[in-house]
Amino acid sequence: MKKLRLIFAALLALLPLSLRAEEEFDMQSFIFGHIGDAYEWHITEIKGRPVSIPLPVIVHSKTRGWQCFLSSKLEEGEYRGFHIAPAGSKYEGKVVETGADGSEIRPFDLSITKNVLGLMVGSLLVVVLILSTARWYRKHDALEEAPTGVPGLVEMLVASITDDVIKDAVGKDYEKYAPYLLTVFFFILINNLLGIVPFFPGGANVTGNIAVTLVLALFTFLMVNLFGNKHYYKDIFWPDVPVFLKAPLPIMPLIEILGMFTKPFSLMVRLFANMLAGHIMILCAVAIIFLTAELGPLLNGSLGLVAVLFGIFLDCLEFLVAFIQAYVFTMLSSVFIGLAHQEPEAE
Amino acid sequence: MVLFTLLQATMAAALPKAAGAIGAAAVAFAAAFGIGKLARYVMEASARQPEIAGGLRTTAIIVGALIEGVCLFAVIVCLLTLFR
Repeated sequence: MKKLRLIFAALLALLPLSLRAEEEFDMQSFIFGHIGDAYEWHITEIKGRPVSIPLPVIVHSKTRGWQCFLSSKLEEGEYRGFHIAPAGSKYEGKVVETGADGSEIRPFDLSITKNVLGLMVGSLLVVVLILSTARWYRKHDALEEAPTGVPGLVEMLVASITDDVIKDAVGKDYEKYAPYLLTVFFFILINNLLGIVPFFPGGANVTGNIAVTLVLALFTFLMVNLFGNKHYYKDIFWPDVPVFLKAPLPIMPLIEILGMFTKPFSLMVRLFANMLAGHIMILCAVAIIFLTAELGPLLNGSLGLVAVLFGIFLDCLEFLVAFIQAYVFTMLSSVFIGLAHQEPEAE
Repeated sequence: MVLFTLLQATMAAALPKAAGAIGAAAVAFAAAFGIGKLARYVMEASARQPEIAGGLRTTAIIVGALIEGVCLFAVIVCLLTLFR
């Protein structure tokens, strides 16, 4: 307690001094730089020079064909006719080429960007985890001994998801859909957790990218609708409602078809928004330190301490949200699959 | 009269941002209201029958995530108004 007072008194003595930053802190570029996609993986800045991992840019343009080069070549401005579109252009931040009339044309872009590399790292981690567990089960008799370590952790998660979520929701042929649902659960969980880790190879904001969650929701849409039974489609196109709602104008069938799309859509937006909001909140907590830099060491120091504590709290909350979002996505996907395999009620 | 034109000018410049911020505040209120009601009933039921508290906790977490999902749809819409 006495030391705290000494520190506080020392900070108070420094009150007349103030830190003046060289440039104003750009909150927008700070946040969007961390949650957006980029052609290189920015790690830190040493003595003013940015340290980042350059990633390959793979583009196909109609005039120049396939081109593949490291994104560090684009730092000077233009390389082989491609450059990064400046702020204010329609394709801001993306690789464009200058067309014959000077306009910007966006080539077919298959670059390994930060999110793509993050996806690869996350997928590799999921594969390693699951396959090492499978190897344990091949080498040991599961009825004789219980797994410990990583196989034990994975078995605990798989068993709880299968028994509590998948079996109840999907119904009697749950074993056909359990592989997909468990894969989705582990994929979302590992990528959510990697997004919270602040250093390389984590922190790529994979599940906070709406393209990734779009694909996951699309897979659920396909799993539900490709394997739905006849009763499911009968309920959509000729539901059990009064005739005036379906005969001259197919009101109810249209609403049911809309429902077919809104359910995976909500899955997509729920995961995306939760992850994005969590990352933005953590970034704002950290940014408090930079925003208050000009207010003097006392305010900056104490607000910095508050920012650190708040940031730790938000990180713990994000840890919980990562698991909850993976659980909710899997649970809702299994409920939708179960709804597509219902037997008609006996009359 | 001058004040009215001034007000109009300010509104025209900043209306999207003001609307976005007010919308986000309304969404935060809605989320807290809904999840607060959920928490109240979960605690009441757990107090009446402590042996089912585990099941109630799981249901509460799931429903909380669903309510938050809806509110985050609206937060995304508000963020879009702020940044476009």
